[in-house]
Amino acid sequence: MSNLAPSAALAPALPVSASSGAAIELVGVNKWYGDFHVLRDIDLTVNRGERIVICGPSGSGKSTMIRCINRLEEHQQGSIVVDGIELTNDLKRIDEIRREVGMCFQHFNLFPHLTILENLTLAPIWVRKMPKKEADELAMHFLAKVKIPEQAHKYPGQLSGGQQQRVAIARALCMKPKIMLFDEPTSALDPEMVKEVLETMVSLAEEGMTMLCVTHEMGFARQVANRVIFMDAGQIIEMNEPEAFFSNPQHERTRLFLSQILGH
Amino acid sequence: MNLSSFIDVFHSWPSLLNGLVMTVMLTLISSFLGVVLGTLCAWGSLRGPKALRWFIRGYVEFFRNTPFLGQIFFIFFGLPALGLRLDPVTAALVALTINLTAYACEIIRAGIEATPAGQFEAASSLGLKPAQAFFLVILPPAFQRVWPAMTSQLVIILLASALCSQISVAELSYEANMIASRTFRNFEAYIVVTLIYLGLAVLFRDMLSWVGRRFVYGDFATEAQR
Ligand SMILES: Nc1ncnc2c1ncn2[C@@H]1O[C@H](COP(=O)(O)OP(=O)(O)O)[C@@H](O)[C@H]1O
Ligand SMILES: [Mg+2]
Repeated sequence: MSNLAPSAALAPALPVSASSGAAIELVGVNKWYGDFHVLRDIDLTVNRGERIVICGPSGSGKSTMIRCINRLEEHQQGSIVVDGIELTNDLKRIDEIRREVGMCFQHFNLFPHLTILENLTLAPIWVRKMPKKEADELAMHFLAKVKIPEQAHKYPGQLSGGQQQRVAIARALCMKPKIMLFDEPTSALDPEMVKEVLETMVSLAEEGMTMLCVTHEMGFARQVANRVIFMDAGQIIEMNEPEAFFSNPQHERTRLFLSQILGH
Repeated sequence: MNLSSFIDVFHSWPSLLNGLVMTVMLTLISSFLGVVLGTLCAWGSLRGPKALRWFIRGYVEFFRNTPFLGQIFFIFFGLPALGLRLDPVTAALVALTINLTAYACEIIRAGIEATPAGQFEAASSLGLKPAQAFFLVILPPAFQRVWPAMTSQLVIILLASALCSQISVAELSYEANMIASRTFRNFEAYIVVTLIYLGLAVLFRDMLSWVGRRFVYGDFATEAQR
């Protein structure tokens, strides 16, 4: 676990207001891979500006759940509403949702044949139809924000893992998403690079981004999460504010998991 | 045999030149079309509807597992029976293109399949449409991966174009036949033409490696080599 420097107090998540609606709403979501029941009756409402950390053992369905939110995976039962748009097979809606939802992956998934700058401008140019010059400026703005503007003309293979993941975050931000999904963004990193990526995520949280993070970085969870979710075997077992979640877990499975993760 | 026995062959340089131009034309046109169509077939065979995938699989299997001579005869002599009559040059171009497309499809497909699934997912999560993800994200690294194999295949097409002489397309081998039967200098005529093929193949390979540096690898190759 990395030790993050204490940062400015995070604003609490905005209360749900009836008019604005939730950022993400999953109701009775079920999914199968063949016979394998991977998500079971998932109910989850994420308010705007809320930061949620999801943890749980490997294979518990964490990735599958967040990948359903931007339709990298399809759910078979229940409903998923993102930013007021219900996910169906309607390709238009899927496109619309993907434009509002950014995602960062464990293995960065930068495009190896494009420079860092081109990685960032690809979607603004082709999806938002932004002129190249404007897209370049936007990209440089976000590269400065993740503190690597000097790498703009290099290729992903020339950067360290931590730098690549920050580029991946900047690339997602260039689409000005309302929601960011993170799937174990620091799991593939050498320990000394975890901190720089988490700091980037903290600063994003401080700006009020709605975030869903699958991570086992419990320091990060304590610092920025409004709620922590524990998943096991395709179910949400427990969900609570970080303080209560860590000090007083309600379920045996959560306790077991936390004792393994925290190494007591 | 001595050097003077080559004189008769060299006297026929205008027909050799014509044959050379025809061979180059057949090669360049079918190479271009074959790579473009092979790319589309690779896409169709991976992402197209089921019926299209099966059709492409069948097409690729058929043309990779039958002799080129049979293919060109079918197109030139067989198609007229079905009401489609092509002149020899067109038939040759069609045969070369169809043959190369089948091989190019397999080569490019291998390159695409070696691309991690995460690339497509990242592109999709950024809002790129499947076709944009394919042409902007998936294809360029796939081409970089398979460009050496593609280069070999294109050189093979250059050499295979010699078989077009069998339907009387006046390319290099055809001219060699003509010179041989006119001068009775069989050995000399074929030696000369073989050496011309050798020169062409080396030149073509160099050209493709330039195309690779200029269009396929871009700065990426030079950067990566550092
Ligand atoms: N495409 C797939 N086909 C079949 N099973 C899958 C597929 N993707 C994931 N799974 C299975 O679903 C379960 C949940 O996977 P995942 O959501 O990746 O778990 P986590 O992210 O919590 O480790 C695992 O048992 C995994 O093996
Ligand atoms: Mg996972």
